[in-house]
Amino acid sequence: MSILVLADLHEGQLAGATAHVVAAAQAIIGGDIDVLVAGEGVQAAADAAAKLDGLSRVLVADNAVYAHQLAEPMGALLVELAGDYTHVLASASTTGKNVLPRLAALKEVSQLSDVIAVESADTFLRPIYAGNAIATVKSADDLKVITIRPTGFDAVGNSGSATIEAVEVVVENSHSSFVKEELAKSDRPELGGAKVVISGGRGMGNGENFKLLDGIADKLGAAIGASRAAVDAGYVPNDMQVGQTGKIVAPDLYIAVGISGAIQHLAGMKDSKVIVAINKDDEAPIFQIADYGLVGDLFEILPELESKL
Amino acid sequence: MKILVAVKRVIDYNVKIRVKANHSDVDLTNVKMAMNPFCEIAVEEAVRLKEKGVATEVVAVSIGHKAVQEQLRTALALGADRAIHIETDERAESLAVAKLLAKVVEEEQPSLVILGKQAIDTDNNQTGQMLAALTGLPQGTFASEVAVDGDKVNVTREIDGGLQTISLTLPAIVTTDLRLNEPRYAKLPDIMKAKKKPLDVKTPDDYGVDVASKVSLLKVEYPAERKGGIKVASVDELIDKLKNETKVL
Ligand SMILES: Cc1cc2nc3c(=O)[nH]c(=O)nc-3n(C[C@H](O)[C@H](O)[C@H](O)COP(=O)(O)OP(=O)(O)OC[C@H]3O[C@@H](n4cnc5c(N)ncnc54)[C@H](O)[C@@H]3O)c2cc1C
Ligand SMILES: Nc1ncnc2c1ncn2[C@@H]1O[C@H](COP(=O)(O)O)[C@@H](O)[C@H]1O
Repeated sequence: MSILVLADLHEGQLAGATAHVVAAAQAIIGGDIDVLVAGEGVQAAADAAAKLDGLSRVLVADNAVYAHQLAEPMGALLVELAGDYTHVLASASTTGKNVLPRLAALKEVSQLSDVIAVESADTFLRPIYAGNAIATVKSADDLKVITIRPTGFDAVGNSGSATIEAVEVVVENSHSSFVKEELAKSDRPELGGAKVVISGGRGMGNGENFKLLDGIADKLGAAIGASRAAVDAGYVPNDMQVGQTGKIVAPDLYIAVGISGAIQHLAGMKDSKVIVAINKDDEAPIFQIADYGLVGDLFEILPELESKL
Repeated sequence: MKILVAVKRVIDYNVKIRVKANHSDVDLTNVKMAMNPFCEIAVEEAVRLKEKGVATEVVAVSIGHKAVQEQLRTALALGADRAIHIETDERAESLAVAKLLAKVVEEEQPSLVILGKQAIDTDNNQTGQMLAALTGLPQGTFASEVAVDGDKVNVTREIDGGLQTISLTLPAIVTTDLRLNEPRYAKLPDIMKAKKKPLDVKTPDDYGVDVASKVSLLKVEYPAERKGGIKVASVDELIDKLKNETKVL
């Protein structure tokens, strides 16, 4: 058995999720694990990947056709490479979700999405119905195509030294092209990997009020998240949405501010170690899962919390 | 141009699910069902493109047992012109659905196929991408904006880092994200009219597709229950608990 892991990139750099996916691969087999880094100008990402523990090789496909990791060329590249492997894994990031099902379809196999635990080389656990049930699924497909939920696996370390090999496969892509990207710029930790997350919901009232979270986030080294309602209302951009159909987080500390606690929101944060809820409605469902609930007006509580931390 | 929309019947998003006592699956008996919310957004987008004069016909398709006709009628009430039901009592997984949709695409030759990004029951997020791969058509997933321009469509996608815009040559496959639009509700007169709109019933055999999957569902369980916590009376007490009880500060 051998596994290929598609590396997750963020602006050309290796994203933190990859180390979690490699951990998932190690839970599946003791044998060969390779990482594929594909994109344009990705040598630094490849070097970073080579340091991940437990890898045999890092395969690098560095070519303009893979720039921005568009689905069509990425899928075609994976199809070319997959023949040598029993499992192909990627993180359940928007890139992994965009690309991996293409490989599965072209190989005529199923894909297992968002795997959170490994029972054996063919049996896996995955959440369904917004995480309100956990399914154990067994795949009899020759090739297992799997996206991994990074929060399910602790990241591997950084003391490896895998060999780096260039991949010469170049595919064609004439049907899709990149136009532009508007990426959120932030000095804060990445939402998915942050140790502390503080999220605001509709109760924040407007986008300006999200600044009330900044000072606390600074003091705690936290990432800032949001509920769907806050994103839909235009308070904050889409990349901050936590939930069933947004980002999945599992920090040591999650602080939900002015968030009611709909199941779709809980799906994205209920595996956090400690949950704090600040809400003026003492019957808000969020209190049912919060370790510490503080009932009151967030506009009074947040400034006090910031000054006392 | 013709638009094909794929709609899935799923548990209503407000319903709290129950797991069967024998852990074989989630119990769907007597549970309120509805159109998958992302499919509502897909139908809405197609109908808006028709209202704008970009599209001339909207065809809704659903795969599943007889009851999915209810959701197809909803799509017709919302403005789809006709519907195709591919009837099967088997649990059709994303790959099988994508294979069937690929056959429908071959037959109908739509310029645009719109699907939801994710079905909220299996939470798979696969079918649109698989359909794109099988048909060889370009894909624009997780769309928050779709702008048709001649023989191209610009799709703005919600990605982890923010937003990405790509340009696809039509025909193309699009999957919807939450911010694409706000779906309308069906009005009573439209619900009445929808009853008379054409709805074709087919079977997977008609398309020569085997829906059996090699993935078996061994067991379904509730997730580990979170113990309810306590209410604290003040910011000071909260900070004290975080520092001294759970030591996360
Ligand atoms: C298909 C689908 C997918 C979805 N995906 C997601 C998802 O990924 N993530 C997500 O979050 N949601 C998702 N949702 C939406 C979800 O169902 C809820 O609508 C949403 O989470 C509600 O956001 P909220 O808690 O901020 O708003 P509300 O439910 O309106 O709650 C606002 C809360 O703020 C409190 N509040 C108001 N003012 C104050 C104040 N001054 N001080 C203190 N508290 C105050 C109120 O008491 C209330 O509890 C999805 C829904 C669907 C249908
Ligand atoms: N049985 C089905 N019938 C019609 N469309 C479906 C079906 N299953 C999935 N789809 C479409 O594929 C989308 C994504 O589903 P999934 O990949 O299963 O999460 C849905 O929002 C639908 O548009």
